[in-house]
Amino acid sequence: MLENAYLIPLLPGLSFLAILLFGKRIKGGQGAHYIGVPVLAVVWVLSLVAVFGWINRVDDVTPATEAGATTHETAAAGVGTAGDPASPVVLAAEGETGAEAGHEAVAQPVIRSATWWSNAGENFRIGTLVDGLSVTLLFVVSTVSLLVHIYSIEYVRGDERYTHYYAFLSFFSAAMLFFVLSQNIIQMIVGWELVGVSSFVLIGHWWESLDNSNAAMKAFMTNRVGDVGLLVGMIILYFAAGSFEVPVINEMAASGQIRHLLLLAAAGSLTAAVMSKSGQFPLHTWLPDAMAGPTPVSALIHAATMVVAGVYMVARLYPVFYEGYSIGTSSINGLALLGGFTAFMAAALAFVQWDIKKVLAYSTISQLGYMVMALGVGAWTAAIFHLFTHALFKACLFLGAGSVSHASHHTFDMREMGGLRKVMPHTYKTFVLASLALAGVFPLAGFWSKDEILVGAMRGQQSGYPLMLFFGLLVAFMTAAYMTRVIWYTFWGEYRGHGTPHESPALITGPLWILAGGAVLGGLVNLPSAVADKIGLGGAAHLIETYAEPVRYLDQFSTFSVAAPSLGLALTGLALALGGILAVYLYYWRRLGPHGLTEQSVWARRGYTFLVNKYYLDHLYTGIIARGVRGPVAQAAYWVNQNVIDRIVNLVGESARETGRWVYTNIDQGVVDGTVNGLSSGAEATGEGLRVIQSGRVQQYGSLLFGAAAVLAIIFTIVI
Amino acid sequence: MEATGFNAWALSLTVFLPLAGVVVMLAIPRAQEELHKGVALVTSLATLATAVYVLVQFNYDRTSELQFLVDSSWIDVINSRYIIGVDGISLPLLALSAAVVPLCIIYSWKHIPDPGNAKAFLILILILSTGMNGSFVAQDLILFFVFFELVLLPMYFLIGVWGGPQRKYASLKFFLFTLLGSALMIVSFVALYFLADGTLAGGQANTFDMRALPVAATAISSTTAVWIFGGMFMGFGIKVPIFPFHTWLPDAHTQAPTVGSVLLAAVLLKLGTYGFVRIALPILPDAARQWAPYIALLAVIGIIYGALGCLAQSDMKRLIAFSSVAHMGFVMLGISTLTSFGINAAIFGMVAHGLITGILFFVAGSVKERYHTLEISRLGGLLKSAPRMGWILGLATMASLGLPGLAGFWGEFPAILASYNPGFGLSQPLFRTYMVIAALGTILAAGYLLWLYQRTAFGEPKAEFADVAIADVNVYEWVAWLPFILAFVVLGVYPQLLFHVTDGAVVKLVGTMAAGIGG
Repeated sequence: MLENAYLIPLLPGLSFLAILLFGKRIKGGQGAHYIGVPVLAVVWVLSLVAVFGWINRVDDVTPATEAGATTHETAAAGVGTAGDPASPVVLAAEGETGAEAGHEAVAQPVIRSATWWSNAGENFRIGTLVDGLSVTLLFVVSTVSLLVHIYSIEYVRGDERYTHYYAFLSFFSAAMLFFVLSQNIIQMIVGWELVGVSSFVLIGHWWESLDNSNAAMKAFMTNRVGDVGLLVGMIILYFAAGSFEVPVINEMAASGQIRHLLLLAAAGSLTAAVMSKSGQFPLHTWLPDAMAGPTPVSALIHAATMVVAGVYMVARLYPVFYEGYSIGTSSINGLALLGGFTAFMAAALAFVQWDIKKVLAYSTISQLGYMVMALGVGAWTAAIFHLFTHALFKACLFLGAGSVSHASHHTFDMREMGGLRKVMPHTYKTFVLASLALAGVFPLAGFWSKDEILVGAMRGQQSGYPLMLFFGLLVAFMTAAYMTRVIWYTFWGEYRGHGTPHESPALITGPLWILAGGAVLGGLVNLPSAVADKIGLGGAAHLIETYAEPVRYLDQFSTFSVAAPSLGLALTGLALALGGILAVYLYYWRRLGPHGLTEQSVWARRGYTFLVNKYYLDHLYTGIIARGVRGPVAQAAYWVNQNVIDRIVNLVGESARETGRWVYTNIDQGVVDGTVNGLSSGAEATGEGLRVIQSGRVQQYGSLLFGAAAVLAIIFTIVI
Repeated sequence: MEATGFNAWALSLTVFLPLAGVVVMLAIPRAQEELHKGVALVTSLATLATAVYVLVQFNYDRTSELQFLVDSSWIDVINSRYIIGVDGISLPLLALSAAVVPLCIIYSWKHIPDPGNAKAFLILILILSTGMNGSFVAQDLILFFVFFELVLLPMYFLIGVWGGPQRKYASLKFFLFTLLGSALMIVSFVALYFLADGTLAGGQANTFDMRALPVAATAISSTTAVWIFGGMFMGFGIKVPIFPFHTWLPDAHTQAPTVGSVLLAAVLLKLGTYGFVRIALPILPDAARQWAPYIALLAVIGIIYGALGCLAQSDMKRLIAFSSVAHMGFVMLGISTLTSFGINAAIFGMVAHGLITGILFFVAGSVKERYHTLEISRLGGLLKSAPRMGWILGLATMASLGLPGLAGFWGEFPAILASYNPGFGLSQPLFRTYMVIAALGTILAAGYLLWLYQRTAFGEPKAEFADVAIADVNVYEWVAWLPFILAFVVLGVYPQLLFHVTDGAVVKLVGTMAAGIGG
């Protein structure tokens, strides 16, 4: 499977085409899932095979086979494979010197590629790169995608664009899996944009409403802004490393063969792309609006997978960021600060939302901030671990919100919910489990991954990142608090909506329970070895660290280290999470604390308004920048076009006409006339009906210009 | 090496077959419209068949060489010869040109615009076809010039007779603008003839032979070369069009009948950029190097400015027309980097723009036919009224904004990439600034295209069209459009198809330039 990983994105790609072409004919347009779900099931199985294949590969590797372990099969299409950079071979050679320096033998990524395009005889390739990081993502993406495919059978049933919905669900899966398996940075750009466009299509699924199409536009445009950073950053990397291939770039960045300034410029540019795709401040504003799309889409694309593309990209090209931002030697850097601040500012916004999906959206932004911060402090493993657990519990929460809405008149406004725990026990239980996992309560998944991030921030690499630790702990408290608020409004108190809410059918609660199971057990994937030994799972400790970390095969990247866990910090984080829950419990359930604060205090009201208006960023982007460019700036440019540039053109034309008239009547009619007659008779011969136009004027001035050109030519050749 | 047997005739057939069709059609009375359509279609398909023959017989391992070469005497007095041939640079454009014409004729089957007269309309398209195909195969400056000018007249009539309300103004503007450029261009050609020394290339002293001129032109002093390049810049630049000589384009495009717009966008604009790549760069490389920063500046201005122009439009067709200014800006930016990356991207961009903007104009034409307006504020809900057309518009929109996986990306991205490291000692800080500006232009491109799509395709149909039955894509439209769509999807997914063809020739071109610059 490792060599044939291309099948994994190819299958949903084919399913996209199949649904597009034949979907409408199955069960009157309501049967597209008969194609989509089985294909995704196969993809899920293949992903699992890939995961275990990779684990075996790492376990099997011995020093003797190390150099030969690199599989670099080339299924070259076209000609000129001689120019094949064959980079991993080079890497393997360098890896051997690394091994002599004391590193144990490691499994090299499995790369398979074919010629894709070329320049100056050099063939650039397209292919798959399979290593621990990509199989982790394969598993996450295919799992959540499969569950969302199943869940949607019920959720989207009866939609007039059921077929299109499933087609683009498949398209998204194909694009995301393609992106995850990228062997080179061009492929990453392609995958990156293709997931963006499927996000656009699915956010705008109900495009009849202006709000929805605006949200889709906003998502696409905001991502385009970040894409500029992506393009520029990748271009810098190409010229710095002389290759588009990810392993080459990583190896060169890690071994100091690229100037630090270039790495900083590339990392900085790419960070802009992370801001837009992974919803980091200040380009996060599209993500809450993207909730206009169908809820399963929010779960899959805007919580579990697509939005982690930025995190994945940083993780994939980690040496670039590690060296560029000097993560190893600093105690604060741009990436860590970006993530920490985003985590905080989004958590604050989550408190003032009434739309349950928007709370979850801000929560996603906040958690993505955690991941970026983790990468910024050098906690690579923690970031990927958190990506993994977050995908499970956040997808569960979104699907839970969808279930709530499905059951209670399609509303997402928590003011119209309440008391649902009695009528929707399955949804309630899974939602609470996932919320506790998100809040980081022991022993659920989020506890372990968040703790690793906090440890990473505390210990850092050479020195700790105190500010990031502060942000991390603060957000831990806030997360627990706002999720408890959601549970209060949705599931407790009295039902405030209309109609009779009811539990969702098994096609919906089934995926919820599976994901809730993941939210409970997901932490097992990367337990600290001390804990794992205690509970008799010693062999399973540190799975991500053992099998996914880039340091495993980037021998030059030896400065990178994984922080040891700390019991004190774990207890502090847990206490804060429980404190957040307790505080909100007292506030809502026991009616304690400062109720009505916004009515009494002008400052509290101002703060509240500031948050409700989302820091006024949307006003700046949509109201000022977008409207400004679309309105005054574009109009001004067009005014210049019509009234300056074109005015000059017309003036020249008119004066030429005047000159021509003068020449025609005063100078040597014979010469001009002859030409005119010749030209116009030629024109007449081209057919009837042509005579009506232009009355010979063009011919006049045409010939005039030819004459002038001839004169100029003569002058030119004489003078020079 | 000169071609023998049928190969010696293949290219000439591609060029002149349309004229044979014209002769036949002249003999048929005007009233027999169906017959005219049939003859025109058969002629264009036969032309396409010869082009396909060339595509099949072309030796893709030697793309840098001129193949199907014919070199025979023509105008001995000025040593101008009938030299035609194709290499990797001209082949894709020849194929594009040959393929577009029959599709346009099929589209016209039920869409002969007012005031009718299929005979004259189709004859002009066939003449145009000869001019376009000829321009892409000519290897002699005078021969090139003749074909280049031959294009002008039919298009002038197509706009002037079958155009919109302001057709007279638009057609005259198109004609005079282009003619001005041509006039300066021929001055440059004549100057080359007199000043270049053909004996350096082993031929007569005065020559128009484009194969010999790169060597022959080394006899020209640097200052003079800069001036000669200037003439070519005007000739080709107006055709592209480069800012600030672009103002004929929105008028011509908006007023032209649908097929005219398609041909204009798909092929005619490429004559300008092709001229730069085929003639200006290899013959006067050092002058090109001196001009490059300024051309690149105008190109990036065009990218931003064209996009802003688009945002200001209220008419769908005019918006698409303005987008050409921006897209051709990317092509010119690629060319002005003087690198293989940039020039490969430019040729890819030419083909991609031809396909994508062609389909956009087709859709605009069909929208106009159904709604009798292209006023964006009156349109809306196309996805509801005519879903298939809405989808096609959406796909073309995505392609036009440079979405990876579709052809537009491969014209844009490598051009931006090339600007990071321009060739021949061009200023890196300057071109990197251009790179960032061009990359910012991609935001604006997404802006105006998605905004267009949102306002025309999303939402509910406007009240005035709510009860009007809007026909979806008909069979003529499918036949005419599908090849465009397939082509830009296939090229987008597997760009090597095209890069493989152009790369060898482009590498040779850059080598020629390096030899000419002497470093």
